Amino acid sequence: MKTQSLNNLTRVLLIVCGIALIISIFVPLWSIYLEAPQYPEGLAMYLWASKITGEYEIINGLNHYIGMKTIHPEDFWEFTVLPYALGFFAALCLLAAFLNKKMWLYITAVLFMIFGVAFMVDFWLWEYDYGHNLDPNAAIVVPGMSYQPPLIGFKQLLNFGAYSYPNIGGGIMFGVALILAILAFIEFRKPKSA
Amino acid sequence: MKSLKLLGLSTVVAITALTGCKPKGTETAVSGDAAQKVYVAPGKYDEFYNFVSGGFNGQVNVYGLPSGRLLKVLPVFSVNPENGYGYSEETKPMLETSHGFIPWDDQHHLSLSQTNAEVDGRWLFANANNTPRVARIDLKTFKTVEILELPNSAGNHSSPFLTENTEYVVAGTRFAVPMDDENGDVPIDSFKENFKGVLSFIGIDQQTGGMDLSFQIEAPGINFDLSHAGKKKSGDWFFFSCYNSEKANTLLEVNASQNDKDFIMAVNWKKAAELVKAGKGRKVVTEYAHNTWDESTHSATSTMKKEVVVLSVEDMKEAMFMIPCPKSPHGCDVDPTGEYIIGSGKLAALIPVFSFDKMIKAIADKNFAGEYDGVQVIKYEAALHGEVQKPGLGPLHTEFDGQGNAYTSMFVSSEVVKWNIKDLKVLDRQPTFYSVGHLMIPGGDSGKPFGKYLVAYNKITKDRYLPTGPELAQSAQLYDISGDKMKLLLDFPTFGEPHYAQALPGEMISKNQVKFFKIADNKHPYATKGEAESKVVREGNKVHVYMTSIRSHFAPDNIEGIRVGDEVYFHVTNLEQDWDVPHGFAIKGNQNAELLIMPGETCTLKWVPKKPGMYPMYCTDFCSALHQEMQGYVRVSPAGSNTPLIYSLNNKKDNAQSPVKEGETK
Repeated sequence: MKTQSLNNLTRVLLIVCGIALIISIFVPLWSIYLEAPQYPEGLAMYLWASKITGEYEIINGLNHYIGMKTIHPEDFWEFTVLPYALGFFAALCLLAAFLNKKMWLYITAVLFMIFGVAFMVDFWLWEYDYGHNLDPNAAIVVPGMSYQPPLIGFKQLLNFGAYSYPNIGGGIMFGVALILAILAFIEFRKPKSA
Repeated sequence: MKSLKLLGLSTVVAITALTGCKPKGTETAVSGDAAQKVYVAPGKYDEFYNFVSGGFNGQVNVYGLPSGRLLKVLPVFSVNPENGYGYSEETKPMLETSHGFIPWDDQHHLSLSQTNAEVDGRWLFANANNTPRVARIDLKTFKTVEILELPNSAGNHSSPFLTENTEYVVAGTRFAVPMDDENGDVPIDSFKENFKGVLSFIGIDQQTGGMDLSFQIEAPGINFDLSHAGKKKSGDWFFFSCYNSEKANTLLEVNASQNDKDFIMAVNWKKAAELVKAGKGRKVVTEYAHNTWDESTHSATSTMKKEVVVLSVEDMKEAMFMIPCPKSPHGCDVDPTGEYIIGSGKLAALIPVFSFDKMIKAIADKNFAGEYDGVQVIKYEAALHGEVQKPGLGPLHTEFDGQGNAYTSMFVSSEVVKWNIKDLKVLDRQPTFYSVGHLMIPGGDSGKPFGKYLVAYNKITKDRYLPTGPELAQSAQLYDISGDKMKLLLDFPTFGEPHYAQALPGEMISKNQVKFFKIADNKHPYATKGEAESKVVREGNKVHVYMTSIRSHFAPDNIEGIRVGDEVYFHVTNLEQDWDVPHGFAIKGNQNAELLIMPGETCTLKWVPKKPGMYPMYCTDFCSALHQEMQGYVRVSPAGSNTPLIYSLNNKKDNAQSPVKEGETK
């Protein structure tokens, strides 16, 4: 039985992960920055678990030249689900710490990885849709051009430099994924050495 | 032959010597590192905002220091076709007066609001010299937000000067005139009996900056030239320079220059305000306009006021005194400590410096030399701290560096003279090019000057710039005053005829800038908060167009059914919510101006088409790559025709998005 229980440090870290995930519900997950010569101060857009903030109205105004769809928070079904999903994983981390069972740690780690990958894929699909699904009557049509912002990193889109980076919430999600992976690995190796 | 050669040689020598004696120009007055000191690299900001009076163009011009770059021209008392100020329906009331609509004035002096005798970057006050008015400019938006006309006044020259906490803006009349409730149709040679010199005290609301003519003082009929409030220990007092104590009314250049001494009038404004509170003073029936700008409705209103409380010389017995001042004083400046009052007798060969403490003691000791029209005259020596001897010719204005030094402009001898306030010794003098009037040190008339630069505003500009016909621009000259000696760094041309200016560190204003007006807060009665709300409404022969502008189209962009004889009102709302994206609006043949509509704002242009035809309208401010496409048509039919009133946006059959809508008729 003892080999099935977790290190104390593992349990503490699971609790930290749980609390961090709760925090991630209330802070921005992702940032997209646009920079252009005529916008020296830059334009920022923040994706939260439940909303979009920042200057997306101005970005909408600019998007109409190239026929991109305008961004409206109500178009994203994710905003009704994401806070609960993050809450669920927070609860799962705390539960694993409380139950003190390796199996629960593995379940939490694997499910969260799947969730993380799904999150990134979903995000990428949105970006693909916005960047490729253009109005054929748009004022500016550059043959072969798409306007998909990068998932992470920098990409030049005509005169705009687009930066996409995890914000606090996204950082937490990456951190939690990494910690869970390491913990699962260590706990998995433990009985062999014990 | 030999003597001829000798003559030739000596002529050459003489000519060389003579040309060598020619006065030195600026080429030698500027030292090597001057360019570095005024160079503001691309992407960097200037250190100071410099607000410079526009003189006879009625505007205020904003420059950056030390670069001398022009940043903006603010219309205050003049109509401005660039943005429709004074032409749009919303701004027309700003220029209303008791004489009707006055689209110009002569703008002389500026005053930045102060807190504890330090500039605070909230508001800028400006005077109109011709038709007496005082304006307030909000430094968050750089817009003229209030204009108050002054009754019983003419030639609003000693204005607008402020008390140390912006409690009052003062405005002394230059021309003595009969009071508004007395018959002004009197012989001019009855000057001495009928003409009065009125001082106005405008109370400032500490929260909103709103102005209210609290009271006036009916002073003797002399000419009030300039003024400054005391500060710190002298903070309850105001000092006015007076000329024409002779009370002459013809050929003043001779007749008002007879007395060896004129006066500085000291007024205890705090006591005066208490007297008014206590019910002193008479109510004078008059008429004066009070025009205010409302940022939420983006509109001005003009109200006519009917009455003002006026204190007499008799009421002011304990609170108003004259100090003799050599001869025809112009500037009246108070040093940063509030102790020294400098009167610049422009025709005197010295600068008198008065001591506030001595003045108070003289009043307490009743050390008077007599009375002038019922006002006690303090003995000259009793109030005098001392005289600056041989400072130069034609002293006009004095500013301070906060280090105990004063800088006086010398109009006649074209120089700026630096002198020590305590020991009255001249420390330095530098030539100006040419005929300097006002000068300015950032914060130089406050309790805390930023004594790094001095700018001289010159009246004559010959040989400074490429010539531009008989009329040349005026010039401003920037000096570095951080060392013992003043150093000329730069000169740059200015608008109008600059008079007094003000400056303060850029950060104090730049951090509070309004970047756009929130469309949700727009309470303009004809605002259109989205293209779906745009419409055209006929009310008899008036047609109201509820129009929106956004990059890069108007909604509606096609209107038909306007008739000759209609009054068309384009109420254009700029839907943008982004900094620096105004849209313009203009229509062919319109007799007033265009509009420049800030993001989130609504402006109205009135248009009365005179003949049938097709009238293009378009955006005048380059707004985007598709700016040139931002246009539309208005079809005008003959009077009495029955063309249906319709409007639309993007109603091409092959690309239908919006149907042609019928206009409403009320």
